[in-house]
Amino acid sequence: MMERAVENILGRYPNAKRENLIPILQEIQEREGYLSEGAIVKVGQRLKLPASKIFGVATFYNQFRFEPLGKYHIQVCRGTACHVLGSASVLEEIEKQLNVKAGKTTKDGLFSIEVVACIGACGLAPVISVNGEFHAKVTTDSIKEILDEYRNKAEEGEGHE
Amino acid sequence: MDFTIEVNNKKIEANKGETILTALNRNGIKVPTLCYMKDMFPTGSCRMCVVEVDGRKDLITACSEPVYEGMKIKTHSQRVIESRKMIVELLLSNHPDDCLYCERNRNCELQGLADLLNVNERRISGKKNNHKIDQSSSSIVRDQDKCILCGRCVRVCEEIEGVSAIDYINRGSKTVIGTAYNKGLNTSSCINCGQCIMVCPTGALHEKPHAPEIESALEDPEKTVVVQYAPAISVSIAEEFGLQAGKDMIGALNAALRKMGFNFVFDTSFTADLTIMEESAELIDRIQNGGKLPMLTSCCPAWVKYAEEFQMDMLENVSSCKSPQQMMGALIKSYFADKKEIDPKNIYSVSIMPCIAKKFEQQRDEMTHDGITDIDAVLTTRELVKMIRKYGIDLNNIEPEIADSPLGMRSSAGKMFGASGGVMEAAIRTAYYKLTGEELIHFRIPEVRGFEGRKEAKININGMELGVAVVSGLKNAAELMEEIRNGREDIHFIEVMACPGGCINGGGQIIGSDDEAVKARMMCLYDIDEKDSVKFSHKNPYILELYDKFLGVPLGHKSHELLHTSYQKREVML
Repeated sequence: MMERAVENILGRYPNAKRENLIPILQEIQEREGYLSEGAIVKVGQRLKLPASKIFGVATFYNQFRFEPLGKYHIQVCRGTACHVLGSASVLEEIEKQLNVKAGKTTKDGLFSIEVVACIGACGLAPVISVNGEFHAKVTTDSIKEILDEYRNKAEEGEGHE
Repeated sequence: MDFTIEVNNKKIEANKGETILTALNRNGIKVPTLCYMKDMFPTGSCRMCVVEVDGRKDLITACSEPVYEGMKIKTHSQRVIESRKMIVELLLSNHPDDCLYCERNRNCELQGLADLLNVNERRISGKKNNHKIDQSSSSIVRDQDKCILCGRCVRVCEEIEGVSAIDYINRGSKTVIGTAYNKGLNTSSCINCGQCIMVCPTGALHEKPHAPEIESALEDPEKTVVVQYAPAISVSIAEEFGLQAGKDMIGALNAALRKMGFNFVFDTSFTADLTIMEESAELIDRIQNGGKLPMLTSCCPAWVKYAEEFQMDMLENVSSCKSPQQMMGALIKSYFADKKEIDPKNIYSVSIMPCIAKKFEQQRDEMTHDGITDIDAVLTTRELVKMIRKYGIDLNNIEPEIADSPLGMRSSAGKMFGASGGVMEAAIRTAYYKLTGEELIHFRIPEVRGFEGRKEAKININGMELGVAVVSGLKNAAELMEEIRNGREDIHFIEVMACPGGCINGGGQIIGSDDEAVKARMMCLYDIDEKDSVKFSHKNPYILELYDKFLGVPLGHKSHELLHTSYQKREVML
């Protein structure tokens, strides 16, 4: 599956050179949700770039992920308004409760965390978004409740795709 | 010289197009550097070499700035020195304070710079790094906490070896040098050449130590401890003992190894001669019977792994001969063990190599038979020097001795394996004899000598033109392989070494030796060849005896069993 998707994307860049690297990686992530080892190797073969170099470029940017998304993808806003109202401790608390760092996915595959710059909902600060659903005025105390809500949903068999 | 520039109020001559640093160095003015690498494109990223240039507001990096006529430079003004000192202080702010316990204590560029710039207090205290030490590789230990991100390892891996196992990962204060997906070096495309260790300014990279295990074996009464040393070793240690670089220390080395407790001392140059017997037979066989050509040498284990990863379609071209280290290992636990009536299980076989890829080669599956490894441990030149000191041996006051018979006697052709082109020269001498029945009168083949990354020659043997090439630095090898894929057919035999200039500049050699010292090692090998009476591998009487009494003929049944090997395609992240 993955291989064909990557081939399709590369197919759209018939004369791909190293300057096409970032758009190609963005398309792969858009399609797959993350950059897998296999994808990076394929891109490297086409662009004649070593895997270490592509990984180096990709890790330079916050936008790239190297693990599949969780069933519920949590975006934590770290924009100015959210920051002023305590989004740093919100992020810290989410990381603590899920026992993974931002950019990673929990072992059970249920949650993944991503830090994003302002998501344009400053009036709701501090705000997090879970699979696109916004949760307003989040506090360290309300996080458990929010996470449990999705855990219950997962048990009932709903969710992302 | 094109024009003059003014440095510290004195005129010096300079050439158009050269950098400030080049002009300063030629005129004996020393400016400290860190990320700078000779013969490579400057990056100017560490800013250690900054100087003041009249008319310029900011300090200028001497390594990357071209000179112009009338340029006025200050190399050691207070502003410049303060700036350099600040850089060192910042580099030290998150550096572990364990110099005393560090592999590179007293041979560390960061320590040297801190000393030079009189850094004597910690003014800036940063958050200490806390990375896991990567012990996964059989050859290299990586301690990222000591890495100062100068990037020299990344550049040598990419620009000299064409491997790029490592690169800068992450950004800003989180930047590290690492492999793709931060995996262990063992599963990366790393070929264990160790050139990264040679350029690392700190203790972030060093070889996997084997000395402790060897020291235990030396104390074990059950074990017969046998040692062999590579051709390059005896010409690579003199400067560490206050002698002239490149001096041949063979006699002192033999004596020192016996004093340390090794029961038998053998010379890998002997099995270099043996390699030549087998390899020249293989070459002639390939030429006469339509085998795959060009044949590629197989002595360099870093090159072999590189071929297994990057040149899979050329694996059939690689000679099936084991390297001299492994041939010696195989003979010690068969021929020698039989002769001395020692159970091979009780032999502990050590090799001393200017190389860290030999530590990987020793652990290859193909190098173990019936649970017995051909070689048990590999010491680098660096580890050897430390051990000689530790055992209290004064190399300057020691009666020279000769190596043990029969695996310690060599021709000068075998000795030349230590320098790029040496294998080729030795092989041509013997192939010529095998094909014509006559000795090559002009035994020197100057076209394949020296430090050039690629050397080529055409040798006329009875009307047949043998095309040969010698490459060192695997980027050069990759380029030549590409030419061959694109149809080049005039080359029949190629010697490949991963380290530029060959084993005399290997990844296990003394760190910080200058170009002159490395050149002196090469010159010494050529000098030995001039002076020795036996200059041909096939004239080594002990090699002839070995075939007569034990092996039979080159490429024969016994040779295949003991002296030849096979290769595997390796799927790693390239």
